[in-house]
This record gives sequence, structure tokens and C-alpha cells, in this order.
Amino acid sequence: MDSLLSILIWLPILGAGSVLLIGNNRAQLARWISVGISILVFILSINLFLDFDTSTSSMQFVEKASWIAQFNIFYHLGVDGISMPLIILTTFSTILVIVAGWEVINNRVADYMAAFLIMEGLIIGVFSSMDAILFYVFWESSLVPMLLIIGVWGGQNRVYASIKFFLYTFLGSVFMLVSLIYMYNLSGSFAISEMYTLPLTMVQQSWIFWAFFLAFAVKVPMFPVHTWLPDAHVQAPTGGSVILAAIMLKMGGYGFFRFSLPITPDASSSFATVVIVLSLIAIVYIGFVALVQKDMKKLIAYSSISHMGFVTLGVFALFYIMEMGVNGELISISGGSIESAYLGLEGAMVQMISHGFISAAMFLVVGVLYDRLHSRDISTYGGVVNSMPKFTGFAVLFAMANAGLPGTSGFVGEFMVILGALQANFWFAFLASMTLIVGAAYTLWMVKRVFWGAITNPEVSTLSDINSREFGILAILAIAVLWMGLYPQPVIEVMHASIVNLLEQALTTKLPVLL
Amino acid sequence: MMNFNFNVAELIFALPELFLLFAISLILLFDLFVSQRLKQFTYYLTQLALLITGFLAFNLIGENATIFSGTFVLDSLGSTFKVFILGFAIIALVYTRHYLKAHDLLRNEYFILAMMSILGMMVMVSGHSLLTLYLGLEIMSLSLYALIATARDRASAIEAALKYFVLGAIASGLLLYGMSMIYGISGSLDIAQISSFASASTLGSQQTLILNFGLVFLVIGIAFKLGAVPFHMWVPDVYQGSPTSVTMFLSTVPKIAAIALLIRLLIDGLGDLQHYWADLFMILAVLSIAIGSLVALTQTNIKRMLAYSTISHIGFVLLGFVTGVVDGYGAAVFYVLAYILMSLAAFGSIIVLNRKGFEADQISDFQGLSKHSPWFALIMLVVMLSMAGVPPFIGFYSKLFILQQVVAQGYVILAVAAVIFAVISAYYYLQIIKTMYFDDVDKEILVSAPLDMKVVLSINGILILVVGLMPSFWMELSVSLF
Repeated sequence: MDSLLSILIWLPILGAGSVLLIGNNRAQLARWISVGISILVFILSINLFLDFDTSTSSMQFVEKASWIAQFNIFYHLGVDGISMPLIILTTFSTILVIVAGWEVINNRVADYMAAFLIMEGLIIGVFSSMDAILFYVFWESSLVPMLLIIGVWGGQNRVYASIKFFLYTFLGSVFMLVSLIYMYNLSGSFAISEMYTLPLTMVQQSWIFWAFFLAFAVKVPMFPVHTWLPDAHVQAPTGGSVILAAIMLKMGGYGFFRFSLPITPDASSSFATVVIVLSLIAIVYIGFVALVQKDMKKLIAYSSISHMGFVTLGVFALFYIMEMGVNGELISISGGSIESAYLGLEGAMVQMISHGFISAAMFLVVGVLYDRLHSRDISTYGGVVNSMPKFTGFAVLFAMANAGLPGTSGFVGEFMVILGALQANFWFAFLASMTLIVGAAYTLWMVKRVFWGAITNPEVSTLSDINSREFGILAILAIAVLWMGLYPQPVIEVMHASIVNLLEQALTTKLPVLL
Repeated sequence: MMNFNFNVAELIFALPELFLLFAISLILLFDLFVSQRLKQFTYYLTQLALLITGFLAFNLIGENATIFSGTFVLDSLGSTFKVFILGFAIIALVYTRHYLKAHDLLRNEYFILAMMSILGMMVMVSGHSLLTLYLGLEIMSLSLYALIATARDRASAIEAALKYFVLGAIASGLLLYGMSMIYGISGSLDIAQISSFASASTLGSQQTLILNFGLVFLVIGIAFKLGAVPFHMWVPDVYQGSPTSVTMFLSTVPKIAAIALLIRLLIDGLGDLQHYWADLFMILAVLSIAIGSLVALTQTNIKRMLAYSTISHIGFVLLGFVTGVVDGYGAAVFYVLAYILMSLAAFGSIIVLNRKGFEADQISDFQGLSKHSPWFALIMLVVMLSMAGVPPFIGFYSKLFILQQVVAQGYVILAVAAVIFAVISAYYYLQIIKTMYFDDVDKEILVSAPLDMKVVLSINGILILVVGLMPSFWMELSVSLF
């Protein structure tokens, strides 16, 4: 299909329109149509994977049409090995959240389903835009459905959380807009690929780098601009948390891959240390913060920040491993091979996908408990295994994956990044591997307090185990987590050519040649 | 001495104005003599007259002429502006009628006065001499003062009318003073001759001084009319005190006329002094964006909030003129048109909530709207996001266009300041969304507006999205005017 990406973007959005027309009064019909659309989109998106050419780093499934001629803005879509897995992750997660909200959401059902479908389309747009303004349009407008999801279906403090979420990310991204406009005025084009070849002085690169950094770091989120995330997660409904953690955070990581490294390579190189230090703070310090949380969702939110630290660490560690020689050959700085630089970048990508599965699963697990007792406090629970044995099985599996147990997807990404970081600097790897201890501590301690032990709250003993719908969702996620843990090769293969290309771009200086 | 030639064939170029004047007189007489039962047709006749005038103006697009001894100009800028003025006025009057009916204010003088002020705007848009411009401005302003006072049993409206009248008179006086300086030094009222005088290289320092002195007063007068900080004091009070339908009218169509005044005086007339007035505009723009964004944060009255929001939008428009290039002016015009489209929908959404005995003017009046009328809540959502500059709505592209021009002229700091305040202002737009969607109060909201209002408001809301998705045409149009 020539316009597969357009279909993937617009089918959910137009489908959402029809769901809105069905209205909240015919909730059951709205649910079925929504799940039908999301499954259809997922099946279509599988075509991206099947028809994907892994031997090239160039854009595939390209569509290009003039959009705003005055500014040379094009409706230009395409995917490479970096964006394609994220698109499939998006279509996959959307099915989960729609099914997860099946009986739980009874208030404005059609609106709820439509919001998720619209968001799906917009986020696919983010991952497939090849034009900076098109990217920005999708990037910003995807905030709106999330704002409404948190604000309408959220918890007690939802107004504060939703507006904080919106303003935080809005503030981050407007500076990106200014720097995109700035580059447009230099090159006369908003095409992202033109920006890759645009020569920029160090001063220009630094400003652009920090503008990008603000936009992406808020989204990832990195320490110290992470404070919106725990609030948003705690207040969001389960589905909102899942999309937020599984996909929206990945938009930030994707931004580093797509914009920061190739557009401002020299600035990225010179500020790599700052980013790595912030990543390590996130990994270690935020891990400790997670340890003391009393609220399960907050705990998982902090654990998300900690795990996303691996993404930024893996990306920026490459500047400690390789550099470009005068003749364009790659030279190792630290004695590590080029494979270890790939390991860092690919580890970061794998970590993003894996975190997409695990965080989704963890939030769904909390959601299952919350639906029953309407409490997220760890202290409410205890001994859940007695009344919900099947559910506990899944929960423990996902908890292990969150702690990075080998055999689960959580292990693969973190291990790859740590191996890469080891080549960069021993202390990076040492601090990053602290997460294996801290992460295990906060996850397993939560498991112990919630699932094991004696039942202290009489209500826990009356809990009914998961129904077949919940079982289905968790089982699919369990398969995904184990598959990524045991056989991540297909995903790595898909992205390899793009990563090789990206590494070269990131190490090629854009500074004007001094004569 | 000016030599007045009169040529009947020239009248064709002023046909829209002449027709409107004729129609006003006719409708006035009609309304005076027909029975009570037929009086409701005044409204329809008004709309018909505006429609025909718009059609006539549309037909003149592409014609270029300077007539009546150089006092009246017809160019694509003028004709296009007139079409937009009339089009937006038609939408505004649809909303107006529902409001007036709901509050027993429906007196037909309202429509006559509105047409009269539109005539003034059209004269302003085509003014090519200081005299014509001032004449148009006064026709417009006097009708607007009276429009506010049509709600004669409301103390707040009388107060607003008086305030607007006094401050508007001061502004007119300042403008007139500036004009007299310009006239005194250049010896001409004709914009073209003023322009050639100002661009002459033989100006002595004394002459330059007087020219700049006059220029400052012109800028102040225009800033007053636009409501730019620090000449914005009248805006919140007048917006709040006026009947909502008048507030809507004030905040939309006259802005086009004011921009036309700016273009005629400062770009056509004193374009050579651009670097002088651009510096003044820069200060006005930054202050307007800042004050407009910050003060709006604490408002509870939605009309007052929108007043401050207008001030901040005007700041963005002025940024476009700071750039001093054709594309920048085009960006400013695009911004004004986009702003008016949004402002109409915003006030339309307020008016749609009005019903017999219920005046909606508080933000809290929007509580529960998303439950009782999801469609109109959605429109208000779109308007608020668009005003905040969130894509893919038109408000984003107008900001993008301005920012691109500002950055292209090297004012990156200005662009950064503007976007920071845009984020701050997003907070109060979100407050409306929060009120409509997040507040869990079960308040009964009746949308009892007639069908025509609902349809027009829906189209208005959809346009904000559609023009946002396809902004190319409007952008091209705005730039082509210069």
C-alpha cells in the first residue's frame, strides 16, 4: 500500500469521529467499534514490519505532498528502523487500553474511546513525520487528548495534574519550535533531512541543542524536569497511565534519536557529560525515591523515570566510546569497539520498547487492584495472592521484568546499555548497574507488601480473581515481555541499519570548516 | 491648494460604500414607517444589505484606482479588507440577534448603528488622505459609542459607553494632533504626497524632528484604537460593561479597520520612517503580550478575560509590523483575520449560553457544558486551544507565521519572549476547558439559541480547524495584499 502511514494516522482519527457520533448513550456499540478500529490499525501496522527492508537506513513507506507552500512545508511521512518499532508499540498499546477500559469506564464511554483513538493517530504521526512542522503539529496536538483523559476521567486531584502536565510539556516544546524556525530561516526548508546537512556553528548548535533538550527531557522525563510525571500518572485513569508511560515518554527518547544527535552532533558531544550525569541521577536517585513511595502508581511512575534514564544514558554514552577521525573513519576513544557504541544506542531503543510493555503491564496490574478496592495505597493491600492467585502470577512476572530479571525484556535493554556504558567509563556502568539492586528493592518490596504476607484488610479476602478480559490483556503482555526477553533479535535487526547511519551522523561534525 | 475634480465614472469604485449608505437610509426609513409586525424584517434587510455590499466589494478585488482627487483609494488591500469586514460582521450580527432577543434589547436602531459603523470602517480602509481616514474613524467610533449605550437601562453599559467615549475622544484628539503636525510639515493631506515628502533625502533636521513628533502621536492614536499596552486601560472595562453582543462586535471587525488605518498611515504614508515606528511598536508589542497574558490569569469574568487575551493577541499582530518586511505585514494581517475568526467563535459560544433572564458572563457559567451540549463545548475547546496556539488550529499557524518573520529579521529574543508568554496565557485558556470538562458540578445548561445561530457558530468553529489544516490560501492572500 502506498499510503499505509496515512491510513495508520487518519483511520483512528476518523474512526474516533464516528465513535463520537455514536455518542455516550450507546456505550456498548462505541466500545465494539473502538476495539474494532484499534485492532484493524494494529493489523495494518504489522505490514510495516513485514514489508520493512532491514538492509537500508533510508526512509521507507514515504509519502510526500505539498502542504503549506509558502514555507516549504510538506506533508512528508516515512519510517526507518527507529520509528517503525515505536509505531507498532503504539498500535499495540492502544488495543490494550481500549480493552482495559471496557467495563471500568462507565462515564462518557464514547468520548473516552475516541480520545485514545485520536491520540493513537497523532502519536503515529509524531513517529512518522519527516517534516519538522508536521512533527511539531502532531507532537503538540497529542497533548490535548491526554489533557482531557487525565482531566475528565482522572482521580481527585486531576485538574492540577492535567494542567501541570500540559503546561510543562507545552513550555518545553515551544523552544523547540523557535529553534526549528531558526533553522528554517537558515536553510529555507522544514524538512528534517535538510536540517541534518545544515552546517551550524558551535554557538548555534548549543542553543538549538538546549532548546531540543528542554522539549525532549521534559517528555522523557529526565531529572530535574520530571516532577509532572508522578502527578499525571497518579491522577490519570489506568488507560491514560499506560499510554503515558508506554508511548508518550518514548516521544522524548525518539526526539533525541531523530533531532538532537543528527542535527546538533557537536553540541551533543560536548554536552554529553551533562546528559549522562542527569541520566545517572535519574537512575540512582529516582530509584531511591521510588523506594519510599506509599502509592503504587507513584512508585511505578518513579520507576519509569529511573528506567528511562537508561535510554538517555545509552544514547549519549556513544560520545565517550567513538569519535570521527579526520578522514571520516570511526576511532575508538576508550578502547571499546564500534559494537559497543551500537550496543548503547540499540540498548536504548530496546529499553524504550521493553519499558513500553513493562510499564503498561505494571499500570494495568495496579489498575486491576484499583478497580476492585479503589485504593492505590500499598498499605491497603497485603496477601492478595490468597484471593487472586492467577493475577498474582502475572503481577510477579511483570515485577520481575521491572526489576530486570534475565529472560524478561527488562533485562535485555538495561544489560545492553550497561555493557555499552562500561566501554565508555567504568563508573557510568557501575552507577547504572546500581539499578539492578535498587530496582529489585523497590519492586520486590512492593510485591511483598501487596501480594504476599497475611491479609490485614478484610476486604482483600473478598477480592475476585481476574476475569477473562483482564487475563487476556495481561497474558498478551506477558508473552510480549518474555519474547523481547528471550528473542530480541528481530527488533534489533530492524533497527540496525538505521542505528549505524545515526551513529555516523552523530559523529560527523557540522561545524563549518575553517580555512 | 487642492484641486477637486469630480468624475461620475469614478463613483463605480466607491460602489460598496455608496450602496451601503443608500441601504442604511432606506432601512432606517423602512423601520420608521412599517407596522410593528414587519419590524422583524429590519434584521433580514440589514443582513441582505451587508451581503450585497460584500458582493460588490468582492467584485472590485483586482481593481486599482485612486479617486475623488486622491482622497479615496481602491486597491486589493482595501477590497479584501472590506470583504472580510462585511463577512465577519454578518456572522457577528447572527449571534447578536439571539443575544438581543434573550435580553429584550432588540431595537432596530442597533442594526442601523452597526451598519453605520461598518460604513465608517469601509471609509477608513479606503482612506487615502488624512481627512478621509479621520472621517471614517469618527463615523465608526461614534456609532460604536452609541451601540454600547443601546442597553440604556444597564448602568454598566452606560459607564462603558462613557468611558469608551471619553478615552476614544482623547485618542482621536492625539491622532488628530499628530496628523496636524504631519500636515503642517508636509503641506499635504494626501498619503502619497506625505510619503514622497517623508522619503525625500533633502529633509532638514528640523523637518525630521517635526515629522517624528507627529509620528509618535499617530502611533499613540493607533495604539489606543487597537488597545495596545500602555494604552489599553479602556479595553477591559469596556469589554466587561458592554452588552456581550457589542463586546463581540468591538473585539472583531473594528480591528481590521484599525489595522487598515495603521497600514495607510504608517506603511503607505510614513514607510520610510519604519525604523522609528518599529522601535515604538516593539515596546508596545512586548508589553501587550506580557500584560495581556499575565493579568488575564486572575480574571473570573470571561469577557474581561477575553479583553486581556485580545490585548495579548494585538501584541503579536504588532510584532508582525516590527519586522518591516512585506511577509511580516502579511503575517500580521493573517494574524488579525485568524484572531477575529477565533474571537467571533469565542463570543458566539458565550452568547449561545444566554437565554431569557440569564446573562452568561462568568467563566463558571460554562460549568457542565460538556455534558449538556458536547458539541458547543467542543467548539469552545477548539477556540480556546486555538487562541493558546496549540496546533492544528488556525491560532497556531498565525503565531508560527509571525514568529518565523520575527526570527528571520534577527529578533530571536523577541520570539522567545513571545512564546514564553504564550505558554503563560495557555493557563487561562485551559481554565475554560477545565470549567467545561473537568468540573464535576451538575448544573443545568440550556442552549436555547435558534437554529441559524447554531449553524453559523458550528461553521465558525469548524473553520478554525479547517483553515488550520489548510492555511496556505489565507497566508498567500494576506501576503499578496502588500
